Amino acid sequence: MRARVLIRPKVGILDPQGVAVERALPALGFTGAGNVHVGRLVELDVENPAQLQSMCERLLANPLVEDYEIEMLG
Amino acid sequence: MKFGVLQFPGSCDEVDALKAARRAGDAELIWHADRDLGGADAIVVPGGFSYGDYLRAGAIARFSPAMESVIEFAADGGLVLGICNGFQVLCEARLLPGALLGNANLRFTSRQVDVEVLYSGGPFTRACGLGERLSIPAKHACGRYYADPETLAAMDAGGQLVLRYAEGENFNGSVHDIAGVCNEQGNVFGLMPHPEHAVDELIGGSADGLKIFESMRMSVEAARA
Repeated sequence: MRARVLIRPKVGILDPQGVAVERALPALGFTGAGNVHVGRLVELDVENPAQLQSMCERLLANPLVEDYEIEMLG
Repeated sequence: MKFGVLQFPGSCDEVDALKAARRAGDAELIWHADRDLGGADAIVVPGGFSYGDYLRAGAIARFSPAMESVIEFAADGGLVLGICNGFQVLCEARLLPGALLGNANLRFTSRQVDVEVLYSGGPFTRACGLGERLSIPAKHACGRYYADPETLAAMDAGGQLVLRYAEGENFNGSVHDIAGVCNEQGNVFGLMPHPEHAVDELIGGSADGLKIFESMRMSVEAARA
């Protein structure tokens, strides 16, 4: 099965990449965009989707500083 | 007294670490695929870009066979020093609390920094005075130390906040200006600046970094006596 894992910095932890993008948008004329956060996307085929959470906890994300969401793509 | 210096694909500071360790004792390299730590009395996890820093710095190196042995070595009380990428590896391995995030300035920054010794009673700083300033180079893109407030309070109370950047030196945005921390037991220590590059005044800007390696030698010898 195909799965998608979205990983993003935890709320409240400074996200310098998000800040940099947020500052760059107005410079290109895009006004009104805020609260920008930059994360990571991992897509993978898995035989046993029950293992996904453990994969996230142990390797794909660092739960101390990142939140993750698992989405099954069917 | 023998240091074992790990070497991963992508390490780049292991030879300087080896040479620095040899000023304090014997030292040998340990290839990442090797589970045998060669009878080392203390381990150095060096700087660089282990496994290309893919996913997160240190995230993949943490699962190497040599690191599995280092985790057991640390659990038995062995001294483990992590420098820069080595610090990141030790955090990923949960041998040290917290995590290292991208620099707040978003840049790879290379400069000499002054750090202050907040705790000189432990095995990695016993050759330093309390409050002593060490001049050591730092060079990294992911050196912003972070731990949650409860963890930081416990670390502060337990003498685990060993080094902090002197005023005006915290270029990476580390919480509480933290430059180096140890675990609760005190036998695992990580720092972002590079003591192995500051062992010779002629080329290192200072020889202050040698005090970390000397402290480790003194600690191993004291434990034997």
